[in-house]
Amino acid sequence: MEGLTLSDAEQKYYSDLFSYCDIESTKKVVVNGRVLELFRAAQLPNDVVLQIMELCGATRLGYFGRSQFYIALKLVAVAQSGFPLRVESINTVKDLPLPRFVASKNEQEPRPAASYSSDSENQGSYSGGVIPPPPGRGQVKKGSVSHDAVQPRPSADQQEPASPVVSPQQSPPTSPHTWRKHNRHPSGGNGERPLAGPGPFWSPFADSQSGSAAGDAVWAGHSPPPPQENWVSFADTPPTSTLLSMHPASVQDQTTVRTVASATTANEIRRQSSSYDDPWKITDEQRQYYVNQFKTIQPDLNGFIPGSAAKEFFTKSKLPILELSHIWELSDFDKDGALTLDEFCAAFHLVVARKNGYDLPEKLPESLMPKLIDLEDSADVGDQPGEVGYSGSPAEAPPSKSPSMPSLNQTWPELNQSSEQWETFSERSSSSQTLTQFDSNIAPADPDTAIVHPVPIRMTPSKIHMQEMELKRTGSDLTNPTSPLLVKPPDLSEENKINSSVKFPSGNTVADGYSSSDSFTSDPEQIGSSVTRQRSHSGTSPDNTAPPPPPPRPQPSHSRSSSLDMNRTFAVTTGQQQAGVVAHPPAVPPRPQPSQAPGPSVHRPVDADGLITHTSTSPQQIPEQPNFADFSQFEVFAASNVTEEQDGDAEKHPEVLLVEKASDPASSLRVAKTDSKIEDKTAASAPANMSKGTTPLAPPPKPVRRRLKSEDELRPDVDEHTQKTGVLAAVLASQPSIPRSVGKDKKAIQASIRRNKETNTVLARLNSELQQQLKDVLEERISLEVQLEQLRPFSHL
Amino acid sequence: MAMCIVVIAKENYPLYIRSTPTEYTLKFYYMVHTSLDVVDEISAMGKALVYQRELYLGLFYPTEDYKVYGYMTSSKVKFVMVVDSSNTALIFQKLHNSYTDVMCNPFYNPGDRIQSRAFDNTVTLMMIQVC
Repeated sequence: MEGLTLSDAEQKYYSDLFSYCDIESTKKVVVNGRVLELFRAAQLPNDVVLQIMELCGATRLGYFGRSQFYIALKLVAVAQSGFPLRVESINTVKDLPLPRFVASKNEQEPRPAASYSSDSENQGSYSGGVIPPPPGRGQVKKGSVSHDAVQPRPSADQQEPASPVVSPQQSPPTSPHTWRKHNRHPSGGNGERPLAGPGPFWSPFADSQSGSAAGDAVWAGHSPPPPQENWVSFADTPPTSTLLSMHPASVQDQTTVRTVASATTANEIRRQSSSYDDPWKITDEQRQYYVNQFKTIQPDLNGFIPGSAAKEFFTKSKLPILELSHIWELSDFDKDGALTLDEFCAAFHLVVARKNGYDLPEKLPESLMPKLIDLEDSADVGDQPGEVGYSGSPAEAPPSKSPSMPSLNQTWPELNQSSEQWETFSERSSSSQTLTQFDSNIAPADPDTAIVHPVPIRMTPSKIHMQEMELKRTGSDLTNPTSPLLVKPPDLSEENKINSSVKFPSGNTVADGYSSSDSFTSDPEQIGSSVTRQRSHSGTSPDNTAPPPPPPRPQPSHSRSSSLDMNRTFAVTTGQQQAGVVAHPPAVPPRPQPSQAPGPSVHRPVDADGLITHTSTSPQQIPEQPNFADFSQFEVFAASNVTEEQDGDAEKHPEVLLVEKASDPASSLRVAKTDSKIEDKTAASAPANMSKGTTPLAPPPKPVRRRLKSEDELRPDVDEHTQKTGVLAAVLASQPSIPRSVGKDKKAIQASIRRNKETNTVLARLNSELQQQLKDVLEERISLEVQLEQLRPFSHL
Repeated sequence: MAMCIVVIAKENYPLYIRSTPTEYTLKFYYMVHTSLDVVDEISAMGKALVYQRELYLGLFYPTEDYKVYGYMTSSKVKFVMVVDSSNTALIFQKLHNSYTDVMCNPFYNPGDRIQSRAFDNTVTLMMIQVC
């Protein structure tokens, strides 16, 4: 016989009926007489009754087993609803009203106490481990007489109707038994409880009632929360070994607790039915219990539980170390040796399952995976691939997501790194300093991102994470990274672009930075300095002679005006991301400096088609910086990797640059004031670029770039970028520094304006070209990665 | 391709042994054992081996075309691999990564045999790839 799926209400109802008919309290077989009475009460024609009996297999078996009985009841309902009696109709007819039986036979609310006691006795016949209701469950559904409640199962435990899940040997009836306790049978009315989805899958119906194997499946359908109760006893009282013996006790305990608010029961039932397809789904109660346990170890829900504490805790469960080790492997998703809330819940859940006899999966079931935002990889399917999408308990998903989000975000090592860097940024903050930092952070990232992907871990950057990274990258000491940045970006980005563009052309500006009140000068200085600074970081040439330090003097008016012009010219394309990156600087928008450094990088996005690359670069930029350490690793690895050799070189450069960038915030401030910095950096970058056969200085950026293009794309990208910045720096440096003369401000300003504009256009072109190259490089990279993956049949665990 | 992977602890006792079952199994074990001397030799050379070391031990047995590769981590845990193809760098990297994952498991006591299924899977994958 096919499996029977019953809804919650149906199950309860049927179990009640079964117990009613189970006069002899066998729990297995219903007295035929009673059954017949019942069927007569159903007011169905005799032949229908006979048909039903035949269909359910009772005639075959000669008696009404539970499964038969249930099938029969379902058929009664089917018949009463007017549907044709067929075996298939058992499951196909949805939302079937409960079979109605005429009054006398109707056993609904007024459950005779005898039946309860019979239930409890029947409970005693439970074999295998009945999973005690998970602690934290408000209501114990298991109908079982409390044996002796040895286990300090919290009476508040609500047990999921999934009690059947517990022991494979349990016959399906257990769940109905539990339900029976709840006086929730819809007396003929189904309205009480929404028939939530297909009820537990009673595959055992097809089999014998023992349905051990089927029971597994059935029980598998229920989340194994009950073990929690046992677990509680773990913590309090050692005897998990008495798990089996506990079962009847637990069952009985549950009985006593049964009479809890029916609402909770309904929820449980609903939950159970909704999750029956996914044995690994965590119900709300379970989750709540897990969370509470988590809190006992780690009060901060967003924090970690260190491995040692977790080890102690899980050791209490008395599972063998090997299994605990395996559970840990499964649940420590990010392999950091600590458990976040989600990981902890998953681990707990697995322990609970294991305690109840479930084998540990080889892979973490999807429902237990920590919910990462925008996590594309989370598509790893666990044991029940098809079931995951099933009647997914939406109630559970969101709650698990919300706590997991912050915790997951926190687990990202990058976040930690970036937060550290962030702090350093803010530490060094003087207005100009922060600004320059910000700039330097942003600018260098581009070429690097083009070549090297940030930490491999971060293959699936979450949007939030990305945003955070961006924020951190911008070295914001903003308390609320996302919103302020997003708010600010448009202004800042525009300003940045303008400033940067303005700055670059004028070499004077570099020197001018200090002297003139010109915002221009300050900007280019900063940009140049930041840019060159980046390079110099990696470089060993610390001649601090070079670029003019970014003048702290903000030139609001000027920048604004220029920005206005520039706005028209360089519309912010990437908008937020860039803006976010750029926007960070705590400096007020009028401050040109912050925009300066991002200038070069900002320009990139300016490309019409730069949007995509931009977004790709900016996030890349962001993670890169905090993760430059990873770059070094990657570089080492790449270096050792034959296939990636060519990338290694290019990557080294970016890495160097990245390092520069990363250390920029720290060091840039120090060197910010030195004019020579820019020159130094230029010089440093020049040799680097020279190695690639390009002359960063003198020749206009374009020809240089073009030369590079013929080379390896990767290198040119790097080179060009470095060159570009170098060129700019060189240009800036080469141009005669405008002496600070207050009196000639206007002329100087105009001159610098002109120069800046020229530089702007040059840079804009450079930018677009770089963008294009960046895209090409990225494509190449992607193709290379694909090839690499193909060459590596095995996946890295 | 026959292959054998052994993880050796700092004290030179094996933490994990896995090999493709051929008649060379015993020979593999012997090779691995003798390669320990080579490992010690190289590490005693005093080079500043800060990074992960990879030592190519070359052909031990001329008649057979497999090579023995060694790889030592900074905690003196050695991975020795007998294989007859190259691309060992990657393999060692992956081995090392899996090993660190095993280490991260608080239930794993350093010095125990490695019984992690994940580690087993990694090794299996690598053996499949090589063979």
